[in-house]
Amino acid sequence: MPQTIPLDYYLLLSGALFTIGAVGVLTRRNAIMMFMCIELMLNSVNLTLVAFSSYLGDSAGQIFVFFVMTVAAAEAAVGLAIILALFRNKQTVYVDEVNLMRW
Amino acid sequence: MSLATAAFFVFAVGAIATAILMITRKSAIPAALCLITHFFCLSGLYLTLQAQLLAALQILVYAGAIMVLVVFVIMLLNLGDEAKAVKQSQLRSVLILVAAGVMGLQLFAFLLAQQSGRAELPPTAMLVGSVGELGRVLYTEYLFPFEAVSLLLLAAVVGAVVISKRRLED
Repeated sequence: MPQTIPLDYYLLLSGALFTIGAVGVLTRRNAIMMFMCIELMLNSVNLTLVAFSSYLGDSAGQIFVFFVMTVAAAEAAVGLAIILALFRNKQTVYVDEVNLMRW
Repeated sequence: MSLATAAFFVFAVGAIATAILMITRKSAIPAALCLITHFFCLSGLYLTLQAQLLAALQILVYAGAIMVLVVFVIMLLNLGDEAKAVKQSQLRSVLILVAAGVMGLQLFAFLLAQQSGRAELPPTAMLVGSVGELGRVLYTEYLFPFEAVSLLLLAAVVGAVVISKRRLED
């Protein structure tokens, strides 16, 4: 099956997605929105790994995506637990209203 | 234009559009729905890269498990629209300018590297992304990381229970 899309297109796409995710993390103040933007960034890196893995014919990249997905699942569990605990104690999820660890 | 090329452009435009829609939504539920659509687009992109197993896992793990968890937490918190974000509009425009600069650099590098890039998937790509090959590699070469990751998941489950139970006063 002939494929005519160069690898560079995938890299540019995942770079764009990573930038969008970074802008989201930096501009939003809602902890859940920041969490979802971090997921966006993780996924853009996954796309890079899969693209390299397929174009180089090496399965190591796709194995690495497995582990990134697992870490993302663990991060989702712990991160959402932290957000819930934050909301219980402070009644807010806006990160600039939380200054517990500010010196 | 072949079917694979058309699929790439459809999914790429879809992925970028849903990502931009997601970070500009005011309330969390529409953003979560945009993110789920984004994950489906990424799954389609994995299919254009012949990574069948990861395309299925992307939908099962991300669009299924993780986003259900996120939507449940949004429901538990019962948040209104985000009214605070407009406060620091000065900083915000600076950040967006920096991001646009980074994007410009990426585009520049892309245009420079166009000639030297790899243009075609090797014929082995179909084999590499298959369930059998990935399973074989995962359970032989990467057996130790695989077991270590199960320990990580156990720690995350215990940690999630402990953190969400405790109150600050205790």
